[in-house]
Amino acid sequence: MRMEGLVSPDSSRRGRSLEAVHYTQGNLWKNALFGYGEAMKYFQPDRECASYDAMRQLQSERFVKTVRHAYDAVPFYRESMAKKGLTPEDIRSLDDLSKLPFLSKDDLRESYPYGLLAVPRSRVVRIQSTSGTTGKRVVAFYTQTDIERWDECCARAIVAAGGSRDDVVHVSYGYGLFTGGPGLNGGSHKLGSMTLPMSSGNTERQIQFMCDLGSTILCCTPSYAAYLAESVMQQGVRDKIALKAGIFGAEAWSEEMRRDIEDKLGIKAYDIYGLTEISGPGVSFECSEQTGMHINEDYFAAEIIDPHTGEVLPDGSKGELVLTTIAKEAFPILRYRTRDICVLSRKPCSCGRTLLKMGRLMGRTDDMLIIRGVNVFPSQIETVLLKGGYSPNYLIIVDRVNHSDTFEVQVELTPEMFSDTVRKIAARESELLASMRSMLGISPKVTLVAPRSIARSEGKAVRVIDKRKI
Amino acid sequence: MTIEQISVFVENAPGRLLEIMETLGNAGIDLRALSIGDTARFGVLRLIVKDPQKAVTVLRAADYVISVTPVLAVSLEDTPGSLVKILRLLSDAAITVEYLYAFAARKKNSAYVVFRVEDNALASAVLESGGVKVAGAAEIYDALS
Repeated sequence: MRMEGLVSPDSSRRGRSLEAVHYTQGNLWKNALFGYGEAMKYFQPDRECASYDAMRQLQSERFVKTVRHAYDAVPFYRESMAKKGLTPEDIRSLDDLSKLPFLSKDDLRESYPYGLLAVPRSRVVRIQSTSGTTGKRVVAFYTQTDIERWDECCARAIVAAGGSRDDVVHVSYGYGLFTGGPGLNGGSHKLGSMTLPMSSGNTERQIQFMCDLGSTILCCTPSYAAYLAESVMQQGVRDKIALKAGIFGAEAWSEEMRRDIEDKLGIKAYDIYGLTEISGPGVSFECSEQTGMHINEDYFAAEIIDPHTGEVLPDGSKGELVLTTIAKEAFPILRYRTRDICVLSRKPCSCGRTLLKMGRLMGRTDDMLIIRGVNVFPSQIETVLLKGGYSPNYLIIVDRVNHSDTFEVQVELTPEMFSDTVRKIAARESELLASMRSMLGISPKVTLVAPRSIARSEGKAVRVIDKRKI
Repeated sequence: MTIEQISVFVENAPGRLLEIMETLGNAGIDLRALSIGDTARFGVLRLIVKDPQKAVTVLRAADYVISVTPVLAVSLEDTPGSLVKILRLLSDAAITVEYLYAFAARKKNSAYVVFRVEDNALASAVLESGGVKVAGAAEIYDALS
């Protein structure tokens, strides 16, 4: 791969010198060849720890090229840029990113199937698709190079979670059209780890393989990790598993849920972020600091916007994440509105990576419920439940009766919360209700249900049933 | 002397009680007495059974949330006003009754009342010193079979 941009004349003065980069790379290469030396810290230190200026220059060059490529190959981009009076000549550096129009999920759906394909079909080696949790599917295309770059992103995530080729990577994301399985599978291959392509489901077998083959890194959705943790506890096999880390993504989850999974499985749990539209998991990944996910900036440019006005907000502001792919061939994506709400930060990270960090997802603009005029994120309810010692399995049911919203939260009762005295259970219920009210600003109806009665998911959990017809 | 009461969480949904009863019935658990405390949102089913350990095992295996509570059982004459004496004794000793339920014994011409109080030992002593006999498990199970 070319090292465009990293060889900038002043990068040695302002950040890591190129000599240093090559030196580290040399060691890394030796470790990979001979398997000695200290544990791998970065998969690609030259990229992950590049100076701001060097990275910015690489991004600019790649971005300008990507816009030209998209404009030339995709009529949709030509038209949408023309509507703003833009041609590729107007895009000279990453500073011009905000000139481009946004791309919405609807645009992607309307371009189904081949509308945004930017290379001849003969160059496409893979198709993946969204799960369609929020509507019609979107398909994405990959060339061989796109796949290799995606694998690299996931390999970086596995290394950041403490992985190396000595690990057994247990991939319980779904395989197939969903990007979770193929993404982490590819990253693990790239790294050279022993890869267990478990896919999701068949929990008995998951746990048996985990015990028998000594899986050390688990990759799945956080809700499935919580379910596996619960099953491991129930079967009393915690002593027989060798897991040390988990890489959990494809769903928003809370800090409390992380601690819960970490305690139950005795692991460190790392967040990973990605979306099919952009490539898949590995757009960003968490490091040892566990305070947010490093965006693979050599492949993706990130912005935060005000979801209502579309205005770009400065680093540190909470808003909607907008992503642009700057090194994709088959499916270049310019300024995609992810609907994910988060905060970006350039604060130095103790892990040594210089890559921009995005904070924990704070919800999505589209799973955000507006109930009686109040914005409610399911993750807020999860936080309240875990803090109160309840199970993180809950179900939100929203309906509209006589033009007024009803809002119910079903919560699983734990044996610790139960009492033979109705008064005591009612008191716990009121306590829970009070903490929900203070967190959300409105009062749900809280219904206690029997343990394990809310359906456990093996993929994306269904947390919300919205029956309102608006 | 106390006897073991098993309490089961009952969701407020159609058929929940039926499911619990089927679970116990299929396991051959003989119910001795039963009461339900409820709110608009959920209920607590309280059971006295002949084999509490087995009932606990069966209910836990079926994923019910349960608790086992020691409660007091007192035998009464099956005549009007017999409960008054007992409640008077407890009230005079400032003992709060959380809940109670009664059932008739099959063999004798008598009834039993199950009391839930905070302090079983204190309540037992108050009742015994007032001349009220607190029944043990053996007596209860025997009286009811």
